[in-house]
Amino acid sequence: MAHFDKAMPFSNKWMDQRLAVNTLQKVMSTEYWIPKNINFLWAMGMILAATFGILVISGIFLLMYYVPDAGNAAAFDSVNYTIMSEVGYGWFWRHIHGVGASLVFLIIYIHMFTGIYYGSYKRGRELIWLSGMGLFIVFSAEAFSGYMLPWGQMSYWAGMVITNLFAGATPDVLGGALNFPHFVEWLRGDYVPGQAFLGRFFMLHVLLMPLVIMGLIVLHFGTLRIPHVNNQDGEEVDFEESAALWKAGRKKEAKVIPFKPVFLSKDVFVMGVYFILFFYLVFYHFEFAMDPVNFDPADPLKTPTHIYPEWYFLWSYEILRPFSKNVGLIWFAFAQGILMTLPFLDRSSNVAPANRRGLFGIWFWALLIDMITLTIMGKLPPTDPTFSMIGYIAAVTFIGLWVVLPFITMMEKPVGGKK
Amino acid sequence: MSDRRQFITGLGLAGFTGLGALGVLYGAKRSWDMLPSVKAGGFTTIDIGQAQENVLNTEMWRGKPVFVLKRPKSEKANDRDIVVDGQRYMIVVGLCTHLGCIPAYYPGEVKFKCACHGGEFDSAGEVLKSPPPSPLLIPPFKIDGTKLVLGEEGPEYKKLKSAGLIG
Amino acid sequence: MKELKILAVVVFFTLVTYWGVEPYAHHAMHKKVDAQGNEIVVESHDFAYADLKEVKAKGDIEAGKAMISACTGCHSIASQKMPAPMDASASAGAYGVNPPDLSNAGAVFDEKFLVNFIMNPTHASKVEHKFKDGKVYPMPVVAPDEQTAANIVAYLKSIAPKELSSKEAYETACGRCHAMRYTKWTQIGFMPKTRPNIVTHQDVEKLKFEQKVAEYQGSLAKYMGKLPPDLSIMIRARSEHFMETFIEDPQSQLAGTAMPRVGVSKEGYEKVIAYLEESGDPSKPKREAVGPWVLGFFFIFTLLAYLWKQAHWRDLH
Repeated sequence: MAHFDKAMPFSNKWMDQRLAVNTLQKVMSTEYWIPKNINFLWAMGMILAATFGILVISGIFLLMYYVPDAGNAAAFDSVNYTIMSEVGYGWFWRHIHGVGASLVFLIIYIHMFTGIYYGSYKRGRELIWLSGMGLFIVFSAEAFSGYMLPWGQMSYWAGMVITNLFAGATPDVLGGALNFPHFVEWLRGDYVPGQAFLGRFFMLHVLLMPLVIMGLIVLHFGTLRIPHVNNQDGEEVDFEESAALWKAGRKKEAKVIPFKPVFLSKDVFVMGVYFILFFYLVFYHFEFAMDPVNFDPADPLKTPTHIYPEWYFLWSYEILRPFSKNVGLIWFAFAQGILMTLPFLDRSSNVAPANRRGLFGIWFWALLIDMITLTIMGKLPPTDPTFSMIGYIAAVTFIGLWVVLPFITMMEKPVGGKK
Repeated sequence: MSDRRQFITGLGLAGFTGLGALGVLYGAKRSWDMLPSVKAGGFTTIDIGQAQENVLNTEMWRGKPVFVLKRPKSEKANDRDIVVDGQRYMIVVGLCTHLGCIPAYYPGEVKFKCACHGGEFDSAGEVLKSPPPSPLLIPPFKIDGTKLVLGEEGPEYKKLKSAGLIG
Repeated sequence: MKELKILAVVVFFTLVTYWGVEPYAHHAMHKKVDAQGNEIVVESHDFAYADLKEVKAKGDIEAGKAMISACTGCHSIASQKMPAPMDASASAGAYGVNPPDLSNAGAVFDEKFLVNFIMNPTHASKVEHKFKDGKVYPMPVVAPDEQTAANIVAYLKSIAPKELSSKEAYETACGRCHAMRYTKWTQIGFMPKTRPNIVTHQDVEKLKFEQKVAEYQGSLAKYMGKLPPDLSIMIRARSEHFMETFIEDPQSQLAGTAMPRVGVSKEGYEKVIAYLEESGDPSKPKREAVGPWVLGFFFIFTLLAYLWKQAHWRDLH
């Protein structure tokens, strides 16, 4: 057995001997050096962790009263009657959960675009980007499965339409080798979305996906620790040198700050501002997150006039819409996958804000505006020829932007360190 | 020599465990299969004797809507028509073949229009306007007098299927 | 300050996305156009029923009361101890719907509407498109002239309660066709309190009531073409604008619908909406009460967080 000096039980020395708490503290917070040259966008990660925590906690309360029964509007009524009007503060948990699910994606997109803008996916940070994209995909699955649970009209028809996507290629391709009609039925556990479908999405939403998300979050933090956090100028900071300056008390000259308490204090302030917005929406402005269409109970014999996914899926939805089923599915998969390859498609070694990277700067704003256009077009009725055309152009532009990325970054001139 | 033995026996154990894992995966796949009680509910009998011309009737089969339309005599005959008692019927699953929405029937124009993405079908279920990639699907059926048993593959259905007309 | 500029950019793009996806898209989705493709704006007219003729005759209450047997052949008036000739299910089987009790009619429905309705029911309730080609409306015309109709309406108004609860307004104006399971309302009345057999766990009385409801709903669905939807949570499934314009004139929002224009007065409409909110959005008062406290908490939290942040960052640049 390893040698243990005497120490008072549960004292700092005692805990440090058994759990290395002092080393952990230093590595994870008090001597985890973050660059000083940052802005409030650097707080988005903590805001995501906080929002995920809020979703888990509100979810736990909802879980106590939710009934995953697709028959006789039992699931629907467990949410819209029991939880909303009978459970003490049930309405509060439900509103928090619905608004939280929408806001988590707003912050995810801001967080992602921040990373793209400042080049935080390069030079040792590739795995941060990949684990982050993994989180985006699993959060998407989590959101989709969660939306099924109230079993409203939109739950049922989104479930019907999206599982239909997996019906594969037409019988004409490869002699029907890719034709998977039974795959769709296997996925649903029934001919149409019903009890089996609800049950498995309930399992995914409440247990499996949250566990995967928690694991990926740990990985995401792990991949960040060694390369360290990026800074506004993409400067390669000498962390050892700056840490020494800080520890010597020369805080103004040091280019770094410790995670705790300095970075944390800025994080918490930004979180405060975020929570004001969050709870304003929870109490006073929630229809964007709790669409009226889903307050009609599921009816397999009546399709709503307009079917659309939640706003954060609209850009992907719009990419598949202009094309026939198979081509659309390919472009949908492309759209999710291509984002993953960003660290490898970007052939330039510059780590700098996009506005200092010539064509890449234009590429960035073009991508942002294109994805917003796709998002808006995804909500608009496709029968309107103007919207269809704009959507089609935006979809083709998206594909084009990724095709040209390697070429424009190959031609990029090296950027000097600071401005 | 003992290095090699360590390797071979380790590999043997890993391989054998892998086989066990495959068995577990198979069991997992089977847990997602359709329950026998659900599969058994897949047969529905409908009576089309009372159908009126150009009036759409919607039945339910396997949780999906089924359109029964006695085709107006003014409409051209189609090889997809199901002939019962000398009358021509369109009997299809009422879900648009694009992404599964239910198209609405407009008897004045004698066509189906899908509100989701603007697709259109004629009174035989054939596509008039994209994006639906294929005609409305004809479900397996068996003719029994003026009744149809949906879910069972009768001789007329088999003929349509081998001619590639079921959609 | 650089950070404020960055915040402005983030807020700008977020608001553009929000505008496109919410107000703009919803306007595009719910836009109504006429045959030429011009936009039709559907708006409320404050329940003025301008298309109906103004009533010039002054109703005589006593004359109306004397005539009331013309109505009680089918309609009950519970407040005047006049029972219905048949129970709800049997009436529905015979006529398609249950003729409503008239005790509260004078308080919920618009006076001009009622007079016009008695003179020409299908025209006033805008269901002429349904009752044609030999199909007869179940209620006959008992008073083709304005004076007689005005007399009946004057009598109905005289017996109606001065203050009607939102529950009673709903029952009278909507409840014969629309169930509301969250308040335990069925088309034939509130679910009675029953107890199951302690040994068999079967509640025969409840089952019998449910059977009556099912039979009624069958007749109703046959008469209307489909079963009118349960309104438990309708207040959250449709916008305020939709509800007002739809109730005032169902044809304006769902052309060709079988739902009649029921002819509620503005006050009657507000009471009905209040009941829909009790059922579908009962947490609204609580939400409005708790909201300011939670927001107030976070304002103070943010202020304290700012002070903490400043304490650490002040000396760093």
